Amino acid sequence: MTAVLPKRAPVYEGTRVPSPIPTVLRVDPGKHDLEDVLRVNFGPNHPSMHGVLRLIVDLDGERIAGLSAVIGYLHTGFEKTMEQKTWWKSITYPTRVDYVGFQANELVYVLAIEKLLEIEVPRKATWMRQCLSELTRIQSHLVWLGTSALELGAISVFWYAFRERDVILDLFELVTGVRMHTRYFQAGGLAEDIPPGFYAQARAFCERMPKAVDEYEQLLDSQQIWLERTKGVGLLSADDALALGQSGPVLRASGVNWDLRKSIPYLAYDEVDFNVPVYFGGDVYDRYKVHMDEMRESTRIVAQCLERLEGMESEPWIADDRKVVLPPREELHTSMESLIHHFKIVTEGYRVPEGEVYVAIESPRGESACYVCSDGGPKPWRVKLRAPSFVALEATATCMTDAYVADFIAVVGSLDAVMGDTDR
Amino acid sequence: MGYEGVPGLVATREAYGETTLVVDPARIVEACTHLRDGEGFNFCSDVSAVDYLGWGETGVAGYIGTRDGRDLHEPGSQGLARVPEPKPKRFAVNYHLLAVAGEPRRVRVQAWLDDGETIASVVPVWPTADWHEREVWDLMGISFAGHPNLRRILLDDDWEGHPLRKDYPVGGEPVRFSEAE
Repeated sequence: MTAVLPKRAPVYEGTRVPSPIPTVLRVDPGKHDLEDVLRVNFGPNHPSMHGVLRLIVDLDGERIAGLSAVIGYLHTGFEKTMEQKTWWKSITYPTRVDYVGFQANELVYVLAIEKLLEIEVPRKATWMRQCLSELTRIQSHLVWLGTSALELGAISVFWYAFRERDVILDLFELVTGVRMHTRYFQAGGLAEDIPPGFYAQARAFCERMPKAVDEYEQLLDSQQIWLERTKGVGLLSADDALALGQSGPVLRASGVNWDLRKSIPYLAYDEVDFNVPVYFGGDVYDRYKVHMDEMRESTRIVAQCLERLEGMESEPWIADDRKVVLPPREELHTSMESLIHHFKIVTEGYRVPEGEVYVAIESPRGESACYVCSDGGPKPWRVKLRAPSFVALEATATCMTDAYVADFIAVVGSLDAVMGDTDR
Repeated sequence: MGYEGVPGLVATREAYGETTLVVDPARIVEACTHLRDGEGFNFCSDVSAVDYLGWGETGVAGYIGTRDGRDLHEPGSQGLARVPEPKPKRFAVNYHLLAVAGEPRRVRVQAWLDDGETIASVVPVWPTADWHEREVWDLMGISFAGHPNLRRILLDDDWEGHPLRKDYPVGGEPVRFSEAE
């Protein structure tokens, strides 16, 4: 059964980024004198809000006349903390920054350290990282889908999405021992070998997942309320998306064919076959479509990774560099040298050569990057995480020009901001 | 890959496969406009700053090297690393640019500032710089001239100090009912 498709407002041409402040929608001065402009404060703690985000909204009837976003309620000073920790201990922190797409930040930080160390990573580790990154993407998109649909009143999708997400978290638990914040990627490779039983379980998931995505799509696309609340809402043109630094699904829903996995490949993305979904509507509905298609493509990548990984059964999963990588546990009982290396890495930490690098990956939310500066010591001099969620929220004012108050729940949801990532 | 035409270009560095353009801070807007319109860098990924106070000195950020120390990864180099070269000024502001469309390229534009010096805002060039520059002001205390809304963004409006500076104490919050009060 298909619902009647409502007529969709086309995406505007050119730019409508507010001026002079690109992130604040100002009330028209002519309207200011009218008494019916009402200032309403949404959040930071509001059940329909996507985390601790605060929006100060000026309402002219049901229309949004002015808007500014206030962030920082979840600022915990991760970057400062990481400067106080040794390199190998600080890997635990980026994971907790974007707590939904946790492995993406872990990956980007480890890749940055490896770039400075100029260390060779075994191919098994590269493929496993890619496999887990894609599982993370699916898992993160499922959280996005469930919560965004929930905020618009479609509660059943939430249960189904979290059902599939749980299967992925089970896989993470099997591989790493924990369900979230895995800290499985080490400088040099992986923390542990891939456990037996992973491939079978992951394959079963890959078979199930495409059908599950079809189910969600059926549920939502035959839902008149969903269609009316998402189509033609929260428009963002391609020019504005680029000017506002948008990346990931938001950029691709505005018609820009840009995916770092394709354009600047890292890991082994140039060796797998996948498509980059691009939509041209620039609205909430197209962002939803991009997320759905990406889950299908990611499942394909996971399947290809599993195929490759199964052929690497007895290969090493971490580089053989004793100055950086912890020696195998069993060697500590017999080798004095290993014991010393272990002690040095655990107490003082390894040293990373002087230099600065900027490493970017395509995280579930877009360009997630890490600028790392080292002075040659065992602790990072400076770590800056380029958070895609932080940048995504800069687009709220542009997306909500001419919107209704009910739309902004849909719009904020569609920008897919994780507040931990935004505030760091 | 020539960036000789960038206005105010002071130096070009290549390291780890990344290009860094050191630019005169007084001409940052000119340089950025040129890079956007002339070189195709239509996407500003990130604006961030680094505080190099105490760079290369003993005891800073766990640093325990000496000036004629040994290189990392050399045989027997367990203890000491090389002391890094001094930096021209205290702060570096880094603009990470990306060319979306065509051949994907990245470049880092770097401007050096001392404490109290300001740099022009690049919000007119890339609107996305709005929050990035506010964050740099908030956490690092670098002021951007001409920014339309330069207020704190992550911390409270009445917060004192800029926490990412190296001289900002860790654990600097007074703890009530403790010896340290």
